[in-house]
Amino acid sequence: MRAIVTVIGKDQVGIIANVSTLLAGIGVNVLDISQTVLQEFFTMVMLVDTKECSLPFSELSQSLKSRGEEQGLSIRIQREDIFDAMHRI
Amino acid sequence: MFNLTEILQTNEMIDQQHLDIRTITMGISLLDCAHSDISTACRKIYDKITRLAENLVSTGYEIEHEFGIPIVNKRISVTPIALIAGSCGAEDYTPFAEALDNAAREMGVNFIGGFSALVHKGFTDGDRRLIESIPRALCATERVCSSVNVATTKAGINMDAVGLMGQTIKSAAEMSGDGFACAKLVVFANAVEDNPFMAGAFHGAGEPECVINVGVSGPGVVAHALRSIKGEPFDVVAETIKKTAFRITRMGQLVAQEASRRLNVPFGIVDLSLAPTPAVGDSVADILEEMGLSCAGTHGTTAALALLNDAVKKGGIMASSHVGGLSGAFIPVSEDAGMIAAAESGVLTLSKLEAMTCVCSVGLDMIAVPGDVSAETISAIIADEAAIGVVNNKTTAVRIIPAPGKSVGDRVDFGGLLGMAPVMPVTPGDSAGFIARGGRIPAPLHSLRN
Repeated sequence: MRAIVTVIGKDQVGIIANVSTLLAGIGVNVLDISQTVLQEFFTMVMLVDTKECSLPFSELSQSLKSRGEEQGLSIRIQREDIFDAMHRI
Repeated sequence: MFNLTEILQTNEMIDQQHLDIRTITMGISLLDCAHSDISTACRKIYDKITRLAENLVSTGYEIEHEFGIPIVNKRISVTPIALIAGSCGAEDYTPFAEALDNAAREMGVNFIGGFSALVHKGFTDGDRRLIESIPRALCATERVCSSVNVATTKAGINMDAVGLMGQTIKSAAEMSGDGFACAKLVVFANAVEDNPFMAGAFHGAGEPECVINVGVSGPGVVAHALRSIKGEPFDVVAETIKKTAFRITRMGQLVAQEASRRLNVPFGIVDLSLAPTPAVGDSVADILEEMGLSCAGTHGTTAALALLNDAVKKGGIMASSHVGGLSGAFIPVSEDAGMIAAAESGVLTLSKLEAMTCVCSVGLDMIAVPGDVSAETISAIIADEAAIGVVNNKTTAVRIIPAPGKSVGDRVDFGGLLGMAPVMPVTPGDSAGFIARGGRIPAPLHSLRN
């Protein structure tokens, strides 16, 4: 299953490394990545494949959220389908 | 691969503009639960609902978490109870409402709809007993919603039922003390069988055994989109609303299909209604004001609402394989911060709301009036709304709360999604002689379409 990880927060050292390490550790493959700074906020979006993930989706979501909170970041993961549904015919 | 702007735009709609799925409603047929013994019938009803809806709430949460889209309510609608209860000899149908309430509580759904009767052409004995039981049933239960259909374009208006519902609303208000029971009671003309929204949801006799219907929301998203086109002509306004409605509805369709697949229950419809909540920024009145009106209810409001209602349907219809339910903008006064403010300022009146209901769904919704308003006046308000529905071939409804002990200027607070209603004045005069006539107002000429 493909999903979108969105990371938003104050820019700081090691955000990408931190999120990627967590994802790698539980078997989530990063397929694409894009980042920008919007109104002083670091914004990163990753397309990932959760097919080999060792955690159920709800736990994956929770662990990303908790990791984000530790660093003052908002991290969420959502199935890719919702974005396709809203923006593609 | 993916578009950063689109992803951030979607999440902004969810986080800041209150985009959500308003309800996933499971419709359940109770036609096989009729029994001559009331306690057996009630047990069969409880057993069937708890069997079929066992995974409704957990599936809703799963979808919510995986897609990151809030699903505000998970609800159940059932076959109009008058059709089931007519088989038993009991005079009081409150035990049926209690069975529904227990099942709803057990399943974790906040409302269950279908303590209903369809009496547009006349009453069966069961219909009459059900209507007589409504005040008691709504006061004895927490989550049960009731509706009565008193008119259709095909049958005309059952004025005996209109008269009876005025009295029923008055006694429900008085029995519940604060009028809260009336927030769970809707009087319809041209009621639809697949409405997922409360309090008017029921599972029609033409519906399958079990079905999933979804209602979307998103007034905040539409208002936000209009903010970026200030001063542009209405052609641009209509296009902008259509595009926004398309996106909102596609999300509803996705959630509906996903819920249907996971629950192994057929997908029924997506309801395209724009449903507000009392939260600031989630208001249909805001959209009207964004179009250039200083306050919802002033001159121009009906035209603005007509455009909004039409554009939402045009945008939404291509986004869903089956559109149904009420599908139109809702204008419940107590559930919309902008409507509350407009009513309190005196700009939005009952008469203007009645005009607005000619061009949108669903009707005079969540309106508090003084507690001393007579049953006949309430019946006459219902008759006016029913006439609008019957002649315009559309659904209209009345959910009105004659708040005991309250007068114009007071407020009635229902809490939660039901919000807070300012007590509004009714038009002076007396309609008692009109309501006392009874009988039926014949169906309009254009009902003869064969």
